[in-house]
Amino acid sequence: MKKMLNLLILAVLVLTLIPVAASAQEGVVCQEEVTVAADDWLSKYADKYFGNVLSWPAIMALHNQAAADDPASFPNSIVNADILEVGWTICIPAEDAAEAFLATYDPDKPETLYAAGESGQLVVGSWWTAGGEAEGLAGMFRIYEEQYPGVEIVNATVAGGAGTNFKAVNKTRLLGGDPADTFQLHAGLEVETYSPETYLQPVDDIYASEGLEQVFPPDLLTLLKYQDHYWGVPVNIHRSNVLWYNEALFGELGLTPPANFEEFQQVAEALQAAGIQPYVMGTKDGWEAGHVFEDVLAGTLTPEEYRGLWTGEFSWMDPKVTQALENFKMMLSYVNEDHPALTWDGAGEYLIGGTGGMMIMGDWTDGWFTSKEFTGYGWAPPPGTQGIFVALSDSFSLPAEAPNLENAENWLRVCGSLEGQEAFNPQKGSICARTDCDPALFNEYLQSAMVDWSQDAIVPSVAHGAAAIESWATDYKDVLTLFVASGDVAAGQAGLQQACVDAGVCQ
Amino acid sequence: MRQIKWERVVAILLLAPSVLATAIFVYGFIGFTGYVSLSKWTNLLPDFTLVGLSNYQRLFANQRFQIDLRNTVSFTLLFLLLCLVVGFLLAFLIDQRIRAEGIFRSIYLFPMAISFIVTGVVWRWLLTPGSPEMGATGVNLLFEKVGLGFLKWGWFTDPVVWHIPPDSAVGQFLEQIGLGFLASPMIGISAGVVALVLAAAWQMSGYTMAMYLAGLRGISDELREAARVDGASELQIMFRIILPLLRPITLSAIIILGHISLKIYDLVVAMTGPGIGFSTDVPAYFMWDTTFRGNNFARGSAIAVVLLVMVAVLIVPYLVWSTRSEAEL
Repeated sequence: MKKMLNLLILAVLVLTLIPVAASAQEGVVCQEEVTVAADDWLSKYADKYFGNVLSWPAIMALHNQAAADDPASFPNSIVNADILEVGWTICIPAEDAAEAFLATYDPDKPETLYAAGESGQLVVGSWWTAGGEAEGLAGMFRIYEEQYPGVEIVNATVAGGAGTNFKAVNKTRLLGGDPADTFQLHAGLEVETYSPETYLQPVDDIYASEGLEQVFPPDLLTLLKYQDHYWGVPVNIHRSNVLWYNEALFGELGLTPPANFEEFQQVAEALQAAGIQPYVMGTKDGWEAGHVFEDVLAGTLTPEEYRGLWTGEFSWMDPKVTQALENFKMMLSYVNEDHPALTWDGAGEYLIGGTGGMMIMGDWTDGWFTSKEFTGYGWAPPPGTQGIFVALSDSFSLPAEAPNLENAENWLRVCGSLEGQEAFNPQKGSICARTDCDPALFNEYLQSAMVDWSQDAIVPSVAHGAAAIESWATDYKDVLTLFVASGDVAAGQAGLQQACVDAGVCQ
Repeated sequence: MRQIKWERVVAILLLAPSVLATAIFVYGFIGFTGYVSLSKWTNLLPDFTLVGLSNYQRLFANQRFQIDLRNTVSFTLLFLLLCLVVGFLLAFLIDQRIRAEGIFRSIYLFPMAISFIVTGVVWRWLLTPGSPEMGATGVNLLFEKVGLGFLKWGWFTDPVVWHIPPDSAVGQFLEQIGLGFLASPMIGISAGVVALVLAAAWQMSGYTMAMYLAGLRGISDELREAARVDGASELQIMFRIILPLLRPITLSAIIILGHISLKIYDLVVAMTGPGIGFSTDVPAYFMWDTTFRGNNFARGSAIAVVLLVMVAVLIVPYLVWSTRSEAEL
């Protein structure tokens, strides 16, 4: 008897281990069709019909499928899970179909929430989720929709962490052979991170057919080439080396922005004598010190030497690198004490409040000042970087296993086009990678950056993924984080050299 | 033919899935991590070329990792000390047959029910020093309001590392007896670690209290009475009777708290991040950073193995000891 009981238990256990095969669906069966009333949300329906607010993706996906199959009954598809319009008719799927969908649903793959259009989908992966950059992206989507109707665009953004979260999701998808159709990456050596020869495909054809080589500056083209191929189309350009200063303070004290490090010291002394914090920085997030130091390097070395640092042609042990570290150390002696507790914008508050004199940060600062309704700022290249443009750029790439290859290639054409770049960049607060954009679309700061872009020597930013692979860039940032705390020049230089050795570039 | 023992077959079949799962998902992946740590996988694409121990060599030469080790050791020591002392004091006080004992017990134990993420966020708010423009915040504001403004300081934003100064008398002495390396910032305690210890000990000392309280309640009154009859003072009873009898409890507490503190990660992420000059960085954070930000899977795995060894050094003797005492029973 006991034997039987044991066997029975065993049989039950084994049976529960066998996955129940999901029954194939022929069209979507709605258990109910509801009309959206005010204050209705997808999760509210999910709670009402399935007893779980988290079941909303099933309603969105299966409704969208129903809308594609039967547009007469369901004229509206759900594009944004947060936006339902009053009066829409929503298909609430049958419970078993909803369960079957949720069993395979992966939040990292938003495209499953959308039905494919006549010409399939275009899944665009990026970390542009908010503000001007999201608006700029939407602008490019509109152009794409006009040119290629019938393609359902899926905006597969992942918020947060300057792209860190997105990159983690994206890597998993690439390694799993299931990538988005196109995804955002920093132009330059960051592409090496993705082992392009395995996971991406070159886009040289698009460069040729769209004539992109004629409209991008030659220095940028050199930067974009990896193993003699182009792997992405840049949509925007940001400048890393900008010195922001409080114009009113400089006016009162009769100061001009420093052109070299001696002048920086004089200006800083004058500001300090006036009771102003001469130089402000926020280092809370760990990359800011690396950002400022790349501009100091560019200001101490020639552009060729700076580029050589990242290719192994110029030694990190060179006395000029020592000099750059000394220069940075001198600047740090004028820095605000609370920098470890502040992010860069926290430090920017010093400038807005008139208690800080100068700050070195990328040109997104311009958009931030504008959003804070602060107008009393001026800009100049940081010491020694006149005629040098330390650039970073976002580009879109073409994964080798892109599911909708043709749609993705058309997307890259839009990214490279004058129309696409003019739609994106004024919103994002960056300048076009192309040199033929209409300056009238841009504000005063960006216009000055556009002039520099077309004539300066362009060198890549390391803090933002253009100059080196990620493992090297993170080691570089670690060394600078330590240097800011210790001020030990010899140890800093040895650390930078070691990082280069670890990256396999230096011997 | 021997009769098949059904009971035994069923037992094995029932155990098999979990044994298999543990073998693959625990030991299999430990093995894989060890293998990766010997490889050249420093980019997105796996590269399993073996390079021997060079990842470890570089890791231990890495200044950030050295600082991490210092932080882990100093964090563990301070955290254990504070938890044990505070936990024992609380248990001792509650053991005095006070009124409303249950309420106090619950109050001290409740923080343990919170996740380290919540603890970290709240303590970050408490210990954020504030800035010249915004004024003091959190604990610093409290100090200011009660007239103890001189106690204000940067908490976890202060880069200071307390250590024996090499040019002090003690430093000179250590230098002379060949232990000069002890007087360096690499053997010290950073201000950030102290802030972390405060938060962690706040959360976990209630737990040690509960353990000690159980231990104290387990010591029979006859023992104390007998000691008193023999003329022992209360202090003698404490140090000669109670503390020795609590030794197994202390050991268990050290093991449990010790492995928590060696692996600490969530508290650091929520509260401070790596900190100025890595003053609050720990190996687990570095491991995450280098693996998922820097794609340096080989180095990340090497850190994981080092962490495993550190925890094993603490746990394995305990396991051996406890299985042996179980066998004796």
